[in-house]
Amino acid sequence: MTKLIKSGAYAQDGFAPVTDDAPLPDGAVIVSLARFQKEREALLARNTPIGVRLQSHENPELLGADVNHFSLIALEFPKFRDGRAFSWARMLRTRLGFTGEIRAVGDFLYDQVNYQHRVGFDAWEVPDHFTIEMFNQALTEMTNVYQPSADGKKTIRELRADG
Amino acid sequence: MLNAIVKPAQPSMYRYDEFDSQFVHQRVDQFAGQVARRLSGELTEDQFKPLRLMNGLYLQLHAYMLRIAVPYGTLSSRQMRRLAHIARTYDKDFGHFTTRTNLQFNWIKLVDVPNILRELAEVEMHCIQTSGNCVRNITTDQFAGATDEEIEDPRPLAEILRQWSSLHPEFVFLARKFKIAVGACEKDRAAMLYHDMAVQIVKNEEGRVGYKVMAGGGMGRTPYIAHVMSEFVEREDILAYLEAVLRVYNQDSRRDNIHKQRIKILVNTIGPEEMRRRVAREFEELKRMGTLQLPQDELDRITAYFAAPKFETGLSDAIPDAGPDFANWVQTNVHKHKAPGYAIATITLKTPGQVPGDATADQMDTIADLMDQFSLGEVRVSHEQNLVLPHVRKQDLPAIYAKLKELDFASPNAGLITDIIACPGLDYCDLANARSIPIAQQLAKRFEDLERQHEIGELKIKISGCINACGHHHAGHIGILGVDKKGVEFYQLVLGGSGAEDASIGEIMGPGFGEHEIGDAVERVVDVYLKARRPGERFLDTYRRIGMAPFKDAAYEKEAA
Repeated sequence: MTKLIKSGAYAQDGFAPVTDDAPLPDGAVIVSLARFQKEREALLARNTPIGVRLQSHENPELLGADVNHFSLIALEFPKFRDGRAFSWARMLRTRLGFTGEIRAVGDFLYDQVNYQHRVGFDAWEVPDHFTIEMFNQALTEMTNVYQPSADGKKTIRELRADG
Repeated sequence: MLNAIVKPAQPSMYRYDEFDSQFVHQRVDQFAGQVARRLSGELTEDQFKPLRLMNGLYLQLHAYMLRIAVPYGTLSSRQMRRLAHIARTYDKDFGHFTTRTNLQFNWIKLVDVPNILRELAEVEMHCIQTSGNCVRNITTDQFAGATDEEIEDPRPLAEILRQWSSLHPEFVFLARKFKIAVGACEKDRAAMLYHDMAVQIVKNEEGRVGYKVMAGGGMGRTPYIAHVMSEFVEREDILAYLEAVLRVYNQDSRRDNIHKQRIKILVNTIGPEEMRRRVAREFEELKRMGTLQLPQDELDRITAYFAAPKFETGLSDAIPDAGPDFANWVQTNVHKHKAPGYAIATITLKTPGQVPGDATADQMDTIADLMDQFSLGEVRVSHEQNLVLPHVRKQDLPAIYAKLKELDFASPNAGLITDIIACPGLDYCDLANARSIPIAQQLAKRFEDLERQHEIGELKIKISGCINACGHHHAGHIGILGVDKKGVEFYQLVLGGSGAEDASIGEIMGPGFGEHEIGDAVERVVDVYLKARRPGERFLDTYRRIGMAPFKDAAYEKEAA
């Protein structure tokens, strides 16, 4: 079982994940990129929030101008060693101007949550034993950072300049 | 041990401020938590592995190995003494200086690692990203800040890159490891073109200083020389440019075959032109965003830490006469310094018979004393597994030599045939197919005669115990690659490589030689050179002129003298 963490708390997941061959339920859904591309017109005509789940080899630029139709983009970690989604999230936030939810799904570790947070993820599908305390601790283990990222956090260089 | 009263010098190198210090200490606590989770079983070994690797901790054949970062190869005497202390307290009284200018300990217990990291943090050291699929320790020219050949000291940029790459959120789970070298002169002492990315400080036609960036070099099973990505990147743009290269790599590299996931494969698959195009696109966006632009005041601030020490003036520029042994050592191990009366002295950790790159705790302590007394508190680690005293007065060279002789580190062989690079090999490494160290020892002993070494001249032998090429065999004038054939170790010869500014990839000669044949084969190869060379030619030059055939004929000719 999994839970959803958003804004530092467990959250109700309003989106139903739908496999490629299942009928679409009412309400908000998450579909694969392939299904979205195949049923684009019908999906957009539903007038309900729509999410897309991208595999780690699927560059968000494939969404083209449709990116702003999505309320949610789930980026998949097929295994925790595959770090492509770190760049995808950052690209969504900075190049594509995506302001909806970016959700981490799949096989990622506690130790990656802070990096995910920095590059623009704001929702996490976590295993049951993953507590809010763990989540908060993951984000606070390292106080300061050396690099600018999508979180807009002040870097150590900027803190130094502030004196 | 030394007679003079030694005041620990404050070397001209980077010093942590409160932010760096907090960062490294918090990282220690974070890793201590990861170790605790592993020991409690919460983390599986599979999950712990990338976490420990990101902190330089390997599981080897016999024990954990801990690799400590020596950023751009610069160490203070205080740090050297701390390394000696760690060797004594937590290891078997010695450490190993590596081809990535780091130091590694081979006999570490997992439970001790947090304490070792705390001891390191106290002297502004860490193990962050000395392994794993992330940006590794930044390396540079071991003569940085001392040679008159450079445009400027490359270490301030290297420090800026160290900070930028430390726990970079986008690039800690790359497809593979990523090694960066920085240089500042035409002469390449850092094997730059064999790096995933290399930054060379250059001047453009208008005389402005900037950076030439190369990417896609590497050793391993498919060696490549790096391609130029940009001939000139402005100073303020360098972080944005390098981030652009890394982003293209992270997005576009293969992830389905561990042997094809380095940036060299990407660059050579899509071609350097397409790579440059992709990088340019990312770079333009990063530059436009502006957050990675490097302000001049930050560059100045970091550069100030590395300000050249106050060199004494009015010193004699002559090297004193101290006998023929000393003169031999000066000839190979002493190099020109930018300040009159000063010299750069190389301590080769290659006394014939010893393990290349190893130093005992006592030797480290004595070298720390030498650093304080004679080299303004500083030492450098070179990728050739040697140490360098960067700022010594020429008048002190005889005293330094005498002290090194007591340490058994006074071999006058820098750049000669016994100054061999060797990976740890099957004696330690669980990736290795064959032992490297005994081959290095055997060859060093065989060519020990100094007159002969000088007669042979510059000849770089580099030995790897497997195809991963940690011993740089592709870049050896004579490279040796250990292979395993049905449980027996064999050694292939690879000729004509170079890791310098004339970089080239060595060519494999043919079937390997047995452990007891490889020495004779090398000897026959060297003999071909001695007979065929023209005046002034190094081994490499002769090889490039006459090609593999005569060397191959001789190497396999068992009867040849």
